[in-house]
Amino acid sequence: MDKVRIGTCWLDGCSGCHMSLLDIDEGIVAVLRKADIVFGPLVDAQEWPEGVDVALVEGAVSSQDDLKLAQTLRSRSKIVVALGDCAVTGNVPSMRNGIPRRVLLERIYVEGATTCPGVPTDGVPALLKQAEPLHSAIKVDVHVPGCPPKPNAILMVLTDLLEGREPDLGSKLRFG
Amino acid sequence: MTEKVKVRIDGEVIAATAGQTILEVARTNNKYIPALCYMEGLSTVGACRLCMVEVSGVSRLLPACTTPIQEGLAVATTSPQLESYRKMALELLFAERNHVCAVCVSSGHCELQTLAQEHGVTSVRYPYSYPRLSVDTTHPRFVLDHNRCILCSRCVRTCAEVEGAHVWDVAGRGVGSRLVSELQRPWGESTSCTSCGKCVQACPTGAMAEKGWAVEEMTKRRAAVSRLTSMREGE
Repeated sequence: MDKVRIGTCWLDGCSGCHMSLLDIDEGIVAVLRKADIVFGPLVDAQEWPEGVDVALVEGAVSSQDDLKLAQTLRSRSKIVVALGDCAVTGNVPSMRNGIPRRVLLERIYVEGATTCPGVPTDGVPALLKQAEPLHSAIKVDVHVPGCPPKPNAILMVLTDLLEGREPDLGSKLRFG
Repeated sequence: MTEKVKVRIDGEVIAATAGQTILEVARTNNKYIPALCYMEGLSTVGACRLCMVEVSGVSRLLPACTTPIQEGLAVATTSPQLESYRKMALELLFAERNHVCAVCVSSGHCELQTLAQEHGVTSVRYPYSYPRLSVDTTHPRFVLDHNRCILCSRCVRTCAEVEGAHVWDVAGRGVGSRLVSELQRPWGESTSCTSCGKCVQACPTGAMAEKGWAVEEMTKRRAAVSRLTSMREGE
């Protein structure tokens, strides 16, 4: 039987959800018997591959690059999981949403700068007007909230998906 | 002498006292009905709509906290329809303000967060409104964060009915409604506030908190406020 193909990525997040994913400890062995991780911060691949079965997405959709990657992974993945509060609710990245982008960037990169003041434009993607939860940009199949989601919640969701069940967090559902 | 009446809650016949509300009867008989704006010892307002129940013979849903019981009343505390409306009400509360659990002093002890988790709210299907809201830090001991306020008015009623100071009110209309202290004066400049802190203890979320606590550290003593009223009733 072919292995299930898992891709992971982080958009506007802090990598905490990926740390929690690593925290499933020996649980990863059981996961990797049934699956390969084909894309993610822990993998060399440069582009989201075709034919991914499960996409784990951390972070809010906050920049043009986030949006593009979200759309690409949606078109190339069967099941998209919003992993963690940023992907599920917008969370901390969305706290900027009441502030106009120009004001925000100047406050940080001009008023707040001690050297080389100036809003960076080269090599960084343009910010979207607001940082939004993943489901506002693309269709999301499973939501796993938590900041970060507890390792046992992630493992349960992964196990359910690998065994073809629809995940139900039940008592493991937790925001924050 | 108090008049006894019989009601049915989820099929079980329960003896209650005339004048009690559906929610009071349910809670004293260990029947669970969720609620956010209700707090034991305060008047009821029926604002949060989480305690809506089905009453046989009545075509619309009724709030359990404001509906008095009658002889022969039959109540259903849960149903697929009620559950779907409760989830909707919770999601709309999240969508209306900026509830960021990850940075909230009350995370883990928040009634809104707990109810969302209990009702299986895994995401909010309505677009967030991301309003830009202020945080009043003018009081020396307490802080009011409008981002986390759900306008349940428990603080308003606690201050007016238990402390007798009536510092708090709700100003504005609809989504523009805001909690205000003493006709829009900053909390720290209020002359009628006694700094008793009962409003803080009554608040179901992290909207009102004591200063000096970090994320997840603010626990509240809500029962202490309710106990004051019940002790006074016994006088």
